[in-house]
Amino acid sequence: MKVNTQEVLRYLGYRGQAADEDIYRTIRDCTNELMQEAAPRHIHQTVNIKRLDDSRLMVGFTCIDSRDLSAHLAGCDQAILFAATLGARVDMCIQRCSLLSMGRAVIMQACAASLIESWCDESEQPLAEAAARRGLYVRPRYSPGYGDFSIEHQIHLLTALDCPRKINLTMTNSYMLTPTKSVTAVIGLTREKQSCHINRCMECTAKNCPFRKAETP
Amino acid sequence: MNIKELLGRRLVFFDGAMGTLLQERGLDAGEAPEPWNLLHPEIIENIHRSYLDAGCDILKTNTFGANAVKLRGSGYETKEVVTAAVKIARRAVSACGREAFVAMDIGSTGKLLRPLGDLGFEEAYDAFREAAVAGERAGADLILIETMSDTYEAKAALLAAKENTALPVFVTLIFDENGKLLTGGTVAAAAAMLEGLGADAIGFNCGLGPDQMVALLPELRSCCSLPLVINPNAGLPRSVDGKTVFDVDAGSFAQSMFRLAQDGAWIIGGCCGTTPGHIRAMVERCRGLSPAVLEPKNETVVSSYARAVSFGTRPVLIGERINPTGKKRFKQALRENDLDYILREGIAQQQKGAHILDVNVGLPEIDEPEMMSKAVTGLQSILDLPLQLDTSDPVTMEKAMRLYNGKPLVNSVNGKKESMEQIFPLVKRYGGVVIALTLDEDGIPDTAQGRYDIAEKIVRTAALYGIEKKDIVVDPLAMTVSADQSAAHVTLETLRLIRDGLGVHTSLGVSNISFGLPQREIINAAFFTMAMHNGLGAAILNPHSEGMMNAYYAYCALSGADGQCMDYIARYAGQPSSPPPSAGSDGVGLHDAILRGLKESAAQGARALLTEKAPLDIINEEMIPALDKVGKDFETGRLFLPQLLMSADAAKAAFEVVRGGLGGEGAREQTRKEKVILATVRGDIHDIGKNIVKVLLDNYGYEVIDLGKDVPPEVIVDTAREQQVPLVGLSALMTTTVPSMEQTIRYLRREGLTCKVMVGGAVMTQEYADSIGADFYSPDAMGSVRYANELFGH
Repeated sequence: MKVNTQEVLRYLGYRGQAADEDIYRTIRDCTNELMQEAAPRHIHQTVNIKRLDDSRLMVGFTCIDSRDLSAHLAGCDQAILFAATLGARVDMCIQRCSLLSMGRAVIMQACAASLIESWCDESEQPLAEAAARRGLYVRPRYSPGYGDFSIEHQIHLLTALDCPRKINLTMTNSYMLTPTKSVTAVIGLTREKQSCHINRCMECTAKNCPFRKAETP
Repeated sequence: MNIKELLGRRLVFFDGAMGTLLQERGLDAGEAPEPWNLLHPEIIENIHRSYLDAGCDILKTNTFGANAVKLRGSGYETKEVVTAAVKIARRAVSACGREAFVAMDIGSTGKLLRPLGDLGFEEAYDAFREAAVAGERAGADLILIETMSDTYEAKAALLAAKENTALPVFVTLIFDENGKLLTGGTVAAAAAMLEGLGADAIGFNCGLGPDQMVALLPELRSCCSLPLVINPNAGLPRSVDGKTVFDVDAGSFAQSMFRLAQDGAWIIGGCCGTTPGHIRAMVERCRGLSPAVLEPKNETVVSSYARAVSFGTRPVLIGERINPTGKKRFKQALRENDLDYILREGIAQQQKGAHILDVNVGLPEIDEPEMMSKAVTGLQSILDLPLQLDTSDPVTMEKAMRLYNGKPLVNSVNGKKESMEQIFPLVKRYGGVVIALTLDEDGIPDTAQGRYDIAEKIVRTAALYGIEKKDIVVDPLAMTVSADQSAAHVTLETLRLIRDGLGVHTSLGVSNISFGLPQREIINAAFFTMAMHNGLGAAILNPHSEGMMNAYYAYCALSGADGQCMDYIARYAGQPSSPPPSAGSDGVGLHDAILRGLKESAAQGARALLTEKAPLDIINEEMIPALDKVGKDFETGRLFLPQLLMSADAAKAAFEVVRGGLGGEGAREQTRKEKVILATVRGDIHDIGKNIVKVLLDNYGYEVIDLGKDVPPEVIVDTAREQQVPLVGLSALMTTTVPSMEQTIRYLRREGLTCKVMVGGAVMTQEYADSIGADFYSPDAMGSVRYANELFGH
């Protein structure tokens, strides 16, 4: 689990420009502090996928109506339900930081965002290896809120994985994950080795997103 | 015999898992088990019977998730589910033909409580109350609050059960292998809180297998005087073909449970993965074993949700800075509802080495209970130090103790009858260690014996309320030595008498001793050392005072409390023996310091300029031009967000200095522009964007009223109306909370308020903003400042 400095700069609005040494130093400081505060945990469960029609599919015991998720899971008979969190103390750390210096707080926030991505990648690695032993490939993580995969399905992922009890990951009435530096996702398992160069970021329909990565030629 | 009478006479056995067996009988993964009490009562009853056949004494009802929060939207009511569940268990008990008990099972709501989540403490309390009351009415013999990973939620459940039923209450928490709660709390911190709140037995369940609990039990036993409950899983869960399996078989389980009982557990059973087979083997293995001896622990301990601080090993430092007495700036913060200022005082004291923070927000013209609640919740959302709740108002004290997550220090009670009658019931109800001042109706005695007698009276009276000696810390009162030369002597003698005669710990507000003398720190530090040498248990002091902290570290090194002088060395090694010439005199002017985002230099630059310029001129000629330049560079892409904000932080530091230079209230008003409300709308808990806008608007002199996050529309409307605010800024990060923004705007309009509304947030666009009727959409941090300046013609 580590903080990716380039990603942090991108979250902070840099578009490839170099930052000055102060910023790099603050990123290092914030990373150290986060490593102290983070209590990373994750949980997963493999479920069967059954297609009902063009847009509806059964993911485990939950029926999900989403064309985008259906397309994303094309060719998958199984999927991994996945959840990961850095824990509540990271939220407290960002909050504390906001009181002392907003300049530092936005950097802390960006570092934490990069850290949870890295934690997800790291936790997913053994799952991908286990799948490979069964001759399966993993598709990129797809989360409630992406495309037309309604964020209301957050509750189904949390319940199916027993997240509140197992990793203390919960959601608010408006489906936001608490602690905030957390991820839930569906990871498709497929026999096809699909060419999947498309970055998750580029697949998103929010074309105006300020954090969208630059198109690569 | 009721269950409490049985405890300690012989080992008592809980049943095992319910969910595991239900899944074998067709419950889908992710399906709630509680409706099965109504849909398939025969299946539930069969499971109960199989556990009774296996020899258990207590059944857990199938009500783990039977509360209003978790059942919301399920079509089921708490009461019907709980009543059915308890009746089923009662039937199974009647059928088994021997004595057995029904525990009303209460699990977590599955939500995080405020401020980290969005479930209010009282809302959680209400949900648990409803479940507990229904359980008692339906005939439960006890309440088991289990699988709690957050002490705050456990507190809500325990209070609800104790305050609304007459049943014994057991509480078990879920710890990880390192002995930490998922929220980071330690065993000692959780035990202190639960004991203080009057739990009848506490312990561990779920999360771990029996062997891991064997490793954790000594820690719990060493700090807890209550009977211990241990309900482990059948080992650590493993995933096989998408199914969760547990590896510990009945024989090994029984063997480990035997060990746990030998090591002190009185009530044992199983959680996830355990079956009637496990319970049968456990009962057979352990039946002949007598419960271990339960030794009362006499440690004086206070706790936060995360850590426990105990008295006795070395003096405890209580930071005194969160207190308006004699602090103009602090009073101003209280009047302006500036919670952030108070929280910053807390952070600074923790950084300086305080172990506990005193919290006093009493000021005649403010709503003290409300402010105290905000301060306590706010401090606990950013810091993990225990708090000392300091107020003379019993209403404020009760509110603070109720909301506090942990076992607080309570400041204070004294020997007056009225004081004891007000404070002791609160300490009994909510738990806490109370500071007892040695004064009564006749004032403060001049002699050590006189003060000792009052302390003795307080301890005696507390016992009548069921409050133990360990939960009292006596403050023998430091009086001014300049008024009475024997003052120090009397206080020191009282310290010794109380330690040796009464056997309770002591605390002092050390700095009173030097009142009226010059260079007070010299006297304070010397007196502090003398007091520590005479057994002082805790000092209320200013952690920023170098002299006091030096005295503390030196004393700990000299007395042997600081093993191998490690703390002393860590603090002072590498420090120059005389302080360097005043830091920060780097010659950077205020204007440049803001441009470069240098906080210290900006404050210093402002201080230097105050000697030659009028405060308003400093703001208008130095600061605003610098801020404008930074803002422009940000908007044209020459600077990035962190730099913009570091400049803002620097400007803020300078403002503090300049406003200080303005003196009186009237003058201060000159630098204030219009009021602006900022809020993250209801349902949204992301506040970083709002906080960015806040610091920038603040820089430009606007009086920002920060309503926080997850703010209901009516709060925004009421504030805008009452304070006649001309501009409201709303933030929402997620698509799902934009409707809440729209609702807020509609409400403002419907109420006829003429204020302008600006909106921002990651998913916001100009079109979106137009469609919900906002006056302005700010795509970035500077946009809001630009809009406000245009709107008000600055």
